[in-house]
Amino acid sequence: MTTEVTAPAPPSDRFARAGALLRVRELGIGIVILVAFAITTLKNHHFANASSVQQLLSGAALIALLGVGETLVIITRNVDLSVGSVVGLSAYIVGTTFKHHPGTPVLAGFVLGILIGAVVGAVNGLITTVTRVPSLVVTLAMLYIIRGIDGVIVNAHTIDPEFIPKAFVSVGYKTFLGLPWLVIIVAAVVAVVGYAMRSFRSSRDLYAIGSNPEAAELAGIPTGRRVFTAFLVSGTLAGLAGSLFLALHAQIDVTGGVGYELTVVSAVVVGGVAIFGGSGTVLGAALGALLLNTINQSLVATKISPFWNQAIAGSLLLVAIAFDRWLSLRVARSLLTAEGAHRDV
Amino acid sequence: MTSDTTLRAPSPRAYDGTDTGKRPVWQELLRWECALLVVLVVVLVLGSVHSSTFLSGGNLFFIGVNVGEVAIMALPLLLIVMTGEIDLSVASMLGLSGTMMGYLFHGGWNIYLAMAAALVIGALGGALNGFLIAKMGLPSIAVTIGTLTLFRGIAEILLAPRIITGFPVSLTNVGVVPIAGTEVGYSAAIFLVFAVICGIVLHATPLGRSLVAIGLQPEAAQFSGIRVNRVKFFLYVLSGVVCALAGILFALKNASVSYDAGTGLELNVVAVVLFGGISIFGGRGTVIGVVLSVTIFGCLLQLLTQMGIKAEVQNIITGGLLLVSVIVPNAGEALRRIRARTRRRT
Repeated sequence: MTTEVTAPAPPSDRFARAGALLRVRELGIGIVILVAFAITTLKNHHFANASSVQQLLSGAALIALLGVGETLVIITRNVDLSVGSVVGLSAYIVGTTFKHHPGTPVLAGFVLGILIGAVVGAVNGLITTVTRVPSLVVTLAMLYIIRGIDGVIVNAHTIDPEFIPKAFVSVGYKTFLGLPWLVIIVAAVVAVVGYAMRSFRSSRDLYAIGSNPEAAELAGIPTGRRVFTAFLVSGTLAGLAGSLFLALHAQIDVTGGVGYELTVVSAVVVGGVAIFGGSGTVLGAALGALLLNTINQSLVATKISPFWNQAIAGSLLLVAIAFDRWLSLRVARSLLTAEGAHRDV
Repeated sequence: MTSDTTLRAPSPRAYDGTDTGKRPVWQELLRWECALLVVLVVVLVLGSVHSSTFLSGGNLFFIGVNVGEVAIMALPLLLIVMTGEIDLSVASMLGLSGTMMGYLFHGGWNIYLAMAAALVIGALGGALNGFLIAKMGLPSIAVTIGTLTLFRGIAEILLAPRIITGFPVSLTNVGVVPIAGTEVGYSAAIFLVFAVICGIVLHATPLGRSLVAIGLQPEAAQFSGIRVNRVKFFLYVLSGVVCALAGILFALKNASVSYDAGTGLELNVVAVVLFGGISIFGGRGTVIGVVLSVTIFGCLLQLLTQMGIKAEVQNIITGGLLLVSVIVPNAGEALRRIRARTRRRT
């Protein structure tokens, strides 16, 4: 007991502070979002009302949902580029089911979307883990294949709003306690997966795999099964995102979800998930998506040309990864000095 | 050369100096490039069976026009992937360079000066990538997703709702008329010249071999005296300039410039490079492989179009080929692993 009290505090203290910095990454993004929101409100007083906040949240919801799955995959040192195509495919198949089978229950629309996504996720996971081909290549190929299948099914048609059940579309705009259902669903997913990623041993395995695949294997972690699960979750959530895409936009053609994959990866990386795996949180990824959308909407609200959106999003991503690098160097240095101090004692 | 051989085939005999690294002839024939050659021949045979004019100069010219820019951008990307990095900003640079040229030309600049400015922008953009990746040590996939958005964003700011046309006809002809006296298009000719240079540099010069060494083992390359960061930096500058050139050609071919030219093309370029047998982990692959892969893609898409097969199906075939190209070389290994596992269980 007494040794603990008299132990030299500064090194461990410094280490704790560096660790705390990492831990409050989500807080940092939250503050940036609030600052962007405040500045915009100063310029345009209509920005801070319920409907524009709802727009902010529902605009970010789909990317945040995809970001949750993508986070799991990236944490294992893989990447899933097929999510955008899955959104398009699932949204269209759900839409066309509603069109040709009027009276399909609303819940079936969601189940169908989720199933389609799960199948694609399973295929991604199987190919990646069985053949050990880099997932970047596998999911890039799947991006093309699914987009192609989507194109063949769509055949240049559009599913118009009149075919989609009112109850299904209302998920996109009806609110509960001031929040659109869409946002509540995504928030629930973020909360559940976020809790699982903190608390379950199998989810902690994902971090171990991303930090050091060989060591994880040697430690007895079933790496193949865990990586497969990460892809399965990513695909499943992308399928759900497809159903929600249809609910939000109430129509779908062949362009649905095109290019989402890189936006999702940007949002995830801005949210503090390391692109080479091993660290990051689901909440961070969701906040990253919210930040990108907040900036987008701020540009519109402050009547700065929306054409600035992409340039700012790109710069933000570069700043985020440079900041992460600086932070990790700092932590490494503080660990070194902590070690040195320990040796002196 | 010798260091590369030992790296590639670490056999015990390599140490006594008698192993020249030559493999038996039948093993050489199992190379990925030979498989690509077979695929190309199959495509060409199918093409000529389908239409007697498939192999005519005019048709081949159009194939060149269609894939020219992707092909040109694939060359610097292949060198970058060789070192184990990636550049996803290529298509955005193509768009930015065309936009820059159109913007300045619209502002009253001489067209050639505007082209030069576009190339300078390419070099600057490449230098930004190179600085962030080589000097600051940031992961290239994240950096170039960022600059992909950034470059496209700058193009959008410069030009967004407008479309610039009215380039001199003598120049826009470059995209649609073959070089006088031949049936080779300008972009195809530029690609071939670059490919030859690229092939010689990669496979027959110390600089090229050092790229392979970096891809196989960056630390070892660093300790053997290769200035890894400097090499990577200049590769990104090269990529920027070459993609800017592709952007100029793209703009001239279409005789118009808009900020979103070539959106999404980066994935095609990456697909072509990987299908050409360049390992995504770096250090493995040949320029011939990428040349064959570009030719296969060009001919196959042309054939499918002529057969009336829709662009969507072409996507499936592109993705399928890419998938096969990475699974086949790994299939034997995977089967062995699965067999070992089932044996262990029983």
